[in-house]
Amino acid sequence: MEGTALRRRLIWRLATLVDAIHETRDVRSLVFEVGDWSGHLPGQHVDVRLTAEDGYQAQRSYSIASAPADMSLQLTVESLRDGEVSPYLVDELSPGDQLELRGPVGGYFVWDGRSPSPLLLVAGGSGVVPLMSMLRHRAVSGRRVPARLLYSSHGPDDIIYRDELERMAAADPDLKVLHVLTRRQPPGWTGYARRIDGAMLAEVAWPPESEAEIFVCGPTALVEVVASGLRDLGHAPERIRTERFGPTGR
Amino acid sequence: MDADELRLDGNAAAGLLRELFVHEMTVSVGTCANCRAATKVGALHVYRNAPGLVMRCPVCGAVMLRVVHGGDRYWVETVGLRLLEIPETPPPSSP
Repeated sequence: MEGTALRRRLIWRLATLVDAIHETRDVRSLVFEVGDWSGHLPGQHVDVRLTAEDGYQAQRSYSIASAPADMSLQLTVESLRDGEVSPYLVDELSPGDQLELRGPVGGYFVWDGRSPSPLLLVAGGSGVVPLMSMLRHRAVSGRRVPARLLYSSHGPDDIIYRDELERMAAADPDLKVLHVLTRRQPPGWTGYARRIDGAMLAEVAWPPESEAEIFVCGPTALVEVVASGLRDLGHAPERIRTERFGPTGR
Repeated sequence: MDADELRLDGNAAAGLLRELFVHEMTVSVGTCANCRAATKVGALHVYRNAPGLVMRCPVCGAVMLRVVHGGDRYWVETVGLRLLEIPETPPPSSP
């Protein structure tokens, strides 16, 4: 089914916002109902298009946060300062409002749960979104290969999906969630308190012989450090899949 | 800001490439005309800070594909792309 879905011509569809959840001060999850939606694979994204009254159009890509089995399509969007699209999506779009989207798009940065290899996920900021789709899929599909998420945020209030990740990890001995707080740490913080580096990756990652499937998503600078750090540890480049957001995220 | 910070992955080109090809192109394999390295399109380096979209070989840095969309047409430059192998059915299928 998904195979044909992927090969279908990409068309713009009308999506209706049915719910919105504030994740952090700058981040909101948007739940959409999309007519004739064909389903997606964890890691894929959609293109969103907004059209102003004067006909001006702006288009952006957003990762899908929901699991394929979820009833509706969820995107999680971070409001970027000076952003043209994201502040509108985070602060203004209200239930009942419609926008155009197309997808799902992408087939490379995808984890479908069929691989028996352990799953290593590394995220910076809203880079956690496509990885969350993978973890949600892993949780509901019962394909519980060992999984680790190394997730870097500025401070404790910036952690997206914090409660859900905590619940997931508490209920699942094969899932480990390791938070990195680079700028602000709460009193008594025992987790990592520096930017992700090679030494941290050596502690968190399985050895290369594990042939772990690795997905790295975040700002370009973080992705560069993580990808080269993992290659230095001996992980095969073709197992390290990256999704760079550019300098400021998207 | 240096060019490295503006680097994106082939994923960022997925939507645009789907406007041109009927298949999901990030799982296709492109062979670089310069160094002959074969890389999945999803792993190519993408730069969008140009009039169009530029895809470079992650091994040697040579430009493999340029796409410009303006007005009512596309311009596609493929001189750096020796071969493009497009799987008919993408490897990740229905979970």
